[in-house]
Amino acid sequence: MKSQDTLNKTMNPVLKLLIDYAVPIMFILIVVVATPVSGFSLGFLANEIMTRLCRNSFLILSLLIPVMAGMGMNFGMVLGAMAGEIALIFITDWNIVGISGILLAMLIATPIAIVFGYFAGVVLNKATGREMVTGLMLGFFMNGVYQLLVLYGMGKLIPITNKDILLTRGYGIRNAINLDGIRQCLDNIIKLDLFGVQIPVVTLLVIAALCLFIVWFRKTKLGQDMRTVGQDMEVARTAGIDVNKTRIVSIVISTVLASYGMIIFLQNMGTLNTYNSHEQIGFFCIAALLVGGASVTKASIPNVFVGVILFHTVFVVSPRAGKELIGEAQLGEYFRVFITYGVIAFSLALYAWRRKVEQENERKKAMILHKASLQKQGKGGVSLEKIDN
Amino acid sequence: MSEGYLLKMESISKDFYENQVLQDVNLNVKAGEIVGLVGENGAGKSTLMNILFGEETIHETGGYRGTIMFDGKERNFSTSFDALEAGIGMVHQEFVLIPGFTAVENIMLNREITKDNFVAEVFGDRMNTLDWEAMRKRTNKAIETLEINLNPNMLVKDMPVGHRQFTEIAREIDRESTKLLILDEPTAVLAESEAEIVLKVIKKLSQKGIAILFITHRLQEILDICDNIVVLRDGKIQKELKPKETSAKEIAEYMVGRELSEQVSGDKKARKFKETVLKVEDLWVDMPGEQVNGVSFEVKKGEIFGIGGLTGQGKLGIANGIMGLYPSEGTVLFNGKELELNNPKNALKNGLAFVSEDRRGLGLLLDQPLSWNVAFTVMQVKEQFIQKHLGGLIKWRDDRAIAELTREYIDKLDIKCVSEKQFVRELSGGNQQKVCLAKAFAQNPELLFVSEPTRGIDVGAKRLVLDTLRQYNEEYGVTIVISSSELEELRAISDRIAIVNEGQIAGILPPSAKPANFGLLMLGKSELEEGA
Repeated sequence: MKSQDTLNKTMNPVLKLLIDYAVPIMFILIVVVATPVSGFSLGFLANEIMTRLCRNSFLILSLLIPVMAGMGMNFGMVLGAMAGEIALIFITDWNIVGISGILLAMLIATPIAIVFGYFAGVVLNKATGREMVTGLMLGFFMNGVYQLLVLYGMGKLIPITNKDILLTRGYGIRNAINLDGIRQCLDNIIKLDLFGVQIPVVTLLVIAALCLFIVWFRKTKLGQDMRTVGQDMEVARTAGIDVNKTRIVSIVISTVLASYGMIIFLQNMGTLNTYNSHEQIGFFCIAALLVGGASVTKASIPNVFVGVILFHTVFVVSPRAGKELIGEAQLGEYFRVFITYGVIAFSLALYAWRRKVEQENERKKAMILHKASLQKQGKGGVSLEKIDN
Repeated sequence: MSEGYLLKMESISKDFYENQVLQDVNLNVKAGEIVGLVGENGAGKSTLMNILFGEETIHETGGYRGTIMFDGKERNFSTSFDALEAGIGMVHQEFVLIPGFTAVENIMLNREITKDNFVAEVFGDRMNTLDWEAMRKRTNKAIETLEINLNPNMLVKDMPVGHRQFTEIAREIDRESTKLLILDEPTAVLAESEAEIVLKVIKKLSQKGIAILFITHRLQEILDICDNIVVLRDGKIQKELKPKETSAKEIAEYMVGRELSEQVSGDKKARKFKETVLKVEDLWVDMPGEQVNGVSFEVKKGEIFGIGGLTGQGKLGIANGIMGLYPSEGTVLFNGKELELNNPKNALKNGLAFVSEDRRGLGLLLDQPLSWNVAFTVMQVKEQFIQKHLGGLIKWRDDRAIAELTREYIDKLDIKCVSEKQFVRELSGGNQQKVCLAKAFAQNPELLFVSEPTRGIDVGAKRLVLDTLRQYNEEYGVTIVISSSELEELRAISDRIAIVNEGQIAGILPPSAKPANFGLLMLGKSELEEGA
C-alpha cells in the first residue's frame, strides 16, 4: 500500500499545470497589470495586436517543423529572413510592384533559402544536440556574408540600376529601403472593418493556409519520419530512416517558410532596414513562441497564436506603462528588450529543470512498479548462507 | 547438404584485433525449431548473433571467416537491413522502441502504409499521407497472431515492461518475410508471469514454422521450450544438448567449464572472522543495467568478500549503490552505525573507498598528473595535503607532500611511470588501475569496494593487481568487497563468494565449492538439489 501512496504523490496536478505553463502565466499577469496602467483604449490595442498577428505569425509558424524533428528552436531562420530581404531588394530595383512583386520576391527567395537551409542543415547535423546555439552562431556568421554581398557585391558584381537604393558612392545598398511598391499590398486586397478593427483578410488566409499545410504535413510519411527522428535518432536510424537527410529537409522547409514570412513581415512594415531587419527576427519569434507555452521539444499552432498575442501586447503596452508609472518611456523600452532575452533564458532553464524533475519522477515510478511486481511473486532476497559441499 | 536446415553456420571464426572471440563455430537451425544459446559473458553469443544479423561493427573490425547458408543461399549480410530483407528478425536486449509513440506507430515504424496524393507525384513518396486505418488493421493482425493482450493505441512509455516486449516481438512478426527470429534475453526484464506469456508466444511462433534462436540466462526457460541447446564457452561450441537428456547442472558445468582449476583454493587456508563490519539489509539500487532488487548480506571484518554473477544481473550495482553513486534504498550498517545512502561524500568520510569499474570515466582524471590523481579524493574528503591560511579562508594545495605520498605509492605498487608528474592518460591499463588502487589506499579506508579490478588489463598485470589487493588486506586488515565477472579471479582471492542473479543474491559459497555450483547460481538455480 505504501508504494501506491508514493506513486500518487509524484506530482500535484495544479502545481504541474503551473510549472508547465509558467511562462504564459507570467505574461498574462504582466498584461493584466500593465494594460490598465498604459491607458490605451481597447480599440487601439485590438488594432495593434491584429497588425502584429498578421505581421509575425507566418514567421513564427516556420519554426514548428524543426521542433518536430527534434532540432529545437531554429535560430537558422535568420538565414531565411536574409533570403527574403535579398529578394525584396531585387524586386525594388526592378520596380515590380503590387502582388506580382510579392510573388516574384517569393520566387526569387525560394532557391536562395533552399541553399541557405541546406547549408544550415549540414552544419546543424554536425552539431547534434547543440542545434540552438549553433544556429545562433550560424546566423551571426551569415550576417557577415550577407553584409559582404549587399554592401559590396550589389552594384559592383550584381548590377543594381535603381540609384535610389544605392549608396551615393555607387555600390552597396542604403541603410533603409522604401518598399512603397509593395507596402501592405497583401493586407489591403480585402480589408474588413469589424467594430473598428481593421482585418487584413487575405494575409490571415495565407496564415491559415500555412496552418493547414502544417497539420497536413504531420500526417505525411515525411512528417512521421521527422517525429521519429525528433523522438529518438538512434531508433530512427535502426529502422532505416535517413536521419541526416530528414533533418536537413526539415531545416530547408523552415528556412524557405521563414523567407516567405519575412516578405509578409516587410510588406506590412513598408520599409526594409537593410542591415538590421533580420538580426532580431530570430530572437523575437522564438521568444514569442516560448511565451505561447511551447518548449524546445514541443510546439503547436495554438502556441504560436497565444504567443504572438501575449508577447506583442506586452510589447505595445510596456513602454507606455513605463512612462505612466515612472515618467520614463525609455524604461519601458528597456523592459521590452529585457523580457525578450529574459523569456528565452528563463524558458530554456525551466525546460531543463523540468526535464530533470520528470526523469527523476519517471525513475521513481518505474522503481516502485518494479518493486511491486517482484514482491507480488514473493521474491524477497533469497539468502542462502553456508552451502558447503 | 543444407537440406532440412533453414540456417547453417559453418566454421565461423572472428577476432577483434587479434583477440579470438569465436573459433570454428557450427550452428544449424531447422524451420520451426527453437535453439537455445547459453554461455557466460564473453563466450561469444552476442558476436555470433551480430555476425548473423549483419551488424556493421563486424565489418568495421575486419569481417569474419566461415560460411552462412540461410534459406538455401549463401549469405554475407553487410548491414542489418540485408538480414531483415532475407527474413531474419532480431529482438534486442534493450528495447528499440520510441516511448512517445503508440504501439501502432512503433510496430509500423518506417514501414508505414501510405495513401497516394498529388503532392507526392511532384515531391516523392515521402509526401504520401499515412493510412492509419490500414496500419491499425495490420497491427491488430500481428497482435492476434501472438494471441496476446496489447492495446495498439497506447503509448509505449505508459505500457508495463511486458507489453513493450510484446510490441518489439509484434514488430518482427509483422514482417511477412520473417523466417528466423533472434531473441536476445527477451525475458530478462520481465516478471515471471509476463515471461511465461513471452515463452508461450515463442512456442506459438515456432509452431507456425518460424525458427527461433533464443538467448537467455534463465536455465529453466531453456529446458522448458528449446528443441536444442548449444553451450558456448570462450568462443567455442562446448556442447550441444537435448533438453530431455540433460539437466540444469550439466548445462552449468559446460558453461563454466569442468576443468576450472580446482587448485586455486588449495594454496589458501580458510580464514576465520568474527566481527561484522558491514551489514546490508534489503538494498535496492536503481543502476541502469545493473539493478539490485533487495539484497541482504554481511561482511566480516578483515575478509575478502567476492561478488560474482553474469553481467547485467546487478553485482556492480551493490558497490555503486552503497557508495551513493546511484539512487538506492534500504539499510546499510557500517560498524553498527547506519550509513546515509545516496551521499557519496558521506560514504567516503565514513571510511569506505571505491575503485570503480569505470576506470577511465569515474576512476581517474586522465589529463592530470599521477600525483593529483592519488591525492584528489583525500584532499576533497579529508582535507589532507592542504595548507590553510588566514584561518582557513585560503586553502593551498600542499604539492610537496602530495608528491612525496605519490612517490611512496609508485614504489610500493611498482607503478611504471616517468615520474609522479606524468599524465595518467599516458599509462598502460594495468598501471592506471594501480593508480586507482593508490588513490583508494591513500584514503586509509576501513572497507574497500573494488569493481572489475582486472577488466581490460593484460594477464601479467592482472596477477599483480590481485596480489596487491591480497597483500593490502593481509598487512593492514582492510576488509575488501570485490565484484568481478571472472569467477576464477574471485575464487583465487576471496574468502566467500556471493553470486548475484536477477538483482538478488542467489547464494554464498566458499571458494572451494564446485564450479558447477557457481554456474547453477549464476543461472538462477538456487536449489542445488543435485549439487552435493
